[in-house]
Amino acid sequence: MTAPAVGRTALHTPTRGRAARWYERLIELGLAGCGMTSILVTIGIVVILAHESKDFFAQVSLGEFLGSTKWTPIIGDHRSYGVWPLLSATLTTAAIALAVAIPLGLLAAIYLSEYAAPRTRKIIKPALELLAGVPTIVFGYFAITTLTPALRDYIPGLAGGNLLSAGLMMGIMIVPLVASLSEDAIYAVPQSLREAAAGLGGGPFEAIRKVIVPSAWSGIAAAITLAASRAIGETMIVAIAAGNEARFGFDPRQPGQTATAYIVDISKGETPHGSVAYQTIFAVAAMLFVMTLIMNVISHRLSRRLRAAARA
Amino acid sequence: MKITVKGLRASFGDHEVVKGIDLAVPSRQITAIIGPSGCGKSTFLRCLNRMHELVPGASRAGQVLLDDTDVYADDVDPVLVRRWVGMVFQKPNPFPSMSIKDNVVAGLRLTHRYDRKDAPGVIERALRQAALWDEVKDKLNDPGTSLSGGQQQRLCIARALAVNPDVILLDEPCSALDPIATARIEELLLEIRRDYTMVIVTHNMGQAQRVAEHTAFFLQGELVEFDTTAALFGNPRDPRTADYIAGRFG
Amino acid sequence: MRRPIDLTSARPGVFAEKAFVWLCRLGAAIPLTMLAWLLYRVAAAGVHRLSWSFLTDPPSQLDASTAGLGPALLGTLWLIVLTATIALPIGIGAAIYLEEYSRRSKLAGVLELAIANLAGVPSIVYGMLGLGLFVHALAMGETVIAGALTLALLILPIIITSAREALRTVKDGLREAALGLGATRWQCTRQVVLPMALPGILTGAILAIARAIGETAPLVVVGAVAFILYGPDGVDAKYTALPMQIFQWTSNPKRAFLDNAAAGILVLMATLLVINGVAIWLRNRYQSRRS
Repeated sequence: MTAPAVGRTALHTPTRGRAARWYERLIELGLAGCGMTSILVTIGIVVILAHESKDFFAQVSLGEFLGSTKWTPIIGDHRSYGVWPLLSATLTTAAIALAVAIPLGLLAAIYLSEYAAPRTRKIIKPALELLAGVPTIVFGYFAITTLTPALRDYIPGLAGGNLLSAGLMMGIMIVPLVASLSEDAIYAVPQSLREAAAGLGGGPFEAIRKVIVPSAWSGIAAAITLAASRAIGETMIVAIAAGNEARFGFDPRQPGQTATAYIVDISKGETPHGSVAYQTIFAVAAMLFVMTLIMNVISHRLSRRLRAAARA
Repeated sequence: MKITVKGLRASFGDHEVVKGIDLAVPSRQITAIIGPSGCGKSTFLRCLNRMHELVPGASRAGQVLLDDTDVYADDVDPVLVRRWVGMVFQKPNPFPSMSIKDNVVAGLRLTHRYDRKDAPGVIERALRQAALWDEVKDKLNDPGTSLSGGQQQRLCIARALAVNPDVILLDEPCSALDPIATARIEELLLEIRRDYTMVIVTHNMGQAQRVAEHTAFFLQGELVEFDTTAALFGNPRDPRTADYIAGRFG
Repeated sequence: MRRPIDLTSARPGVFAEKAFVWLCRLGAAIPLTMLAWLLYRVAAAGVHRLSWSFLTDPPSQLDASTAGLGPALLGTLWLIVLTATIALPIGIGAAIYLEEYSRRSKLAGVLELAIANLAGVPSIVYGMLGLGLFVHALAMGETVIAGALTLALLILPIIITSAREALRTVKDGLREAALGLGATRWQCTRQVVLPMALPGILTGAILAIARAIGETAPLVVVGAVAFILYGPDGVDAKYTALPMQIFQWTSNPKRAFLDNAAAGILVLMATLLVINGVAIWLRNRYQSRRS
């Protein structure tokens, strides 16, 4: 064990001092190396996705990829590589998920921060955290075994695997994310503004609608964008419950295959390294990465604006 | 008398900060409350329009009569009390999500009394009363937070005036402002004193002398002395008041 | 003019307010009801399959009633140990660098941006990174170590973020005191800051590991196999994992296998609950000692 006195002895014994300094440098370099990992991983993702999808786009034009609505990459005589079937399913499930998660999450956040008694809050917050900790595979199981059969009693023509159940389940999964981030944003609204609203004779509901939510808006928008990014990148629920049929369309009652579910579908089978099928999943993943990256950047900007506003 | 306070006590948890105060606030005049920090003057003020109870753990006993109505009666809606008794706070707090003109009519919007047709007139009248109109008339759509501190505070006063209250409570409204901005606010208070009943908490004795007809001196949650401003400062009856205004403590 | 003061009439919007409060309650109640329904359904379907042999037996593709979680549990155990061994030192090191060595430097800004971005990358994209980098470019094949490395990268941003928060709770005065006594930056970190931040760092690390245990998508991509009779016998062995096994059973159309999936979910959720419980216990103990 080196005693804290080493720093002092360094003044007297230059050799030990030099060794100690080298040791310090070495530690700092090691720690900086750990820090650099995050940059390396970021670069790694970009390079790997770009490298593997480069071969794909050498064979398939970007115009076909983004312009065609037929996705038959491994079966049939005429292979077609239009990504729209995957995209339509991704967008449909994400839209359903957001339609569930945004109102519920926002209402829950307002309830927790403005109305709930401290004791109620102490129960509901951990319960929502518990919901947030449920692995997505579990939601997938629940969607296929329980939610879909229940919905089929009410919605005629609902397929066994369908975008609706997957989207609804995803929405429930994302509620805690929206709720917790929105609550943080609402909590950051200075108390002085609540007092100003109350001092003008505004009731709590008016204050929430006209002062608190508008003041927290950039934070809430950040939460919603992040939720959208999560919905687009979510995999296991859609892989299990959405039907795994790559067909173009936005009808939530029909089966579909999202970008993520396609990657899982191909990965489950034996896909030789270097085959076109292998390359497609990288191209699809690259698209996914770009979509989520854009949303994450927007969300990041928005939440920075909230923090700046809260400081002012 | 506009406001009559009878045996008012207020606490945070177990800590009593206002210890039984009786006070009558005259109508359409300015009444100042002075006293060292922690004497309970702000809490007292916040009891007058039931803002005190918004703080978790806060409690209160005693009566506050507005004209002849007890604002703490069982069937009173505290939100309605605050429509008659408005408030201006220590730190200027315009709504950051709103423009200057939206800030002025924010109170009307919050109380479902906003009328699109009347709005321009209301905005101009309130801003003129708050002596801010000439400075902002060309930039009514700029954010309220873009103004200087003193302008923001006058905007907050305009916002309080726009809902047409009977009483305005001012909680050290100039403590965050420089002397010039302070002087402008004092001028405007004198300007509007005949139209509203105002109670101003201040740690600035000069301010009390400049604006208030009556002054109350608070010490450790109790009312030591209440008199006309001239009498309280010129000829204090209680030795503690004399010590305080002579600067011997606080 | 004198207006009569009215403090008791119903003001406009009172009804809307009441309705809104109920709506807000609903916003919290609906997701929690779904959670309760989910837990109930999983328990009802799976609890009859729970037994010691279910935990230890190998899976079976033919007979659901003799199939078990043995290799999957072993695989998950291997993954946890390897993932933690890889991710914890790097993650904590990165956090120390950011908090203790390079606060507000330009590099720190870039690192922060990278970490914030990585935290938002979908887990399946980490799987693609693992597939391209570990499985193929580094020729590790579809082995436990490739899976663990992938999961380690996945939880790295979580570990870094929580460790930074823990380090930030240590007061600057203590650092200055140590440095003022002539301690070097590392001595100060090692002997003063780390011991104080350790419970917080561990709590975050445990929660991150819990996240890794439940991940399925990246493992599918980096080739955890769906059916295997033995647990791994080394870092270069083929493997399966708990969520993989659940996924495989969920994909099986036979009712009996779905019940197995439910039982597997019970095991998975119980594991996560215990782990989270430990983290919460640690956090509470730490907080009560501080205050």
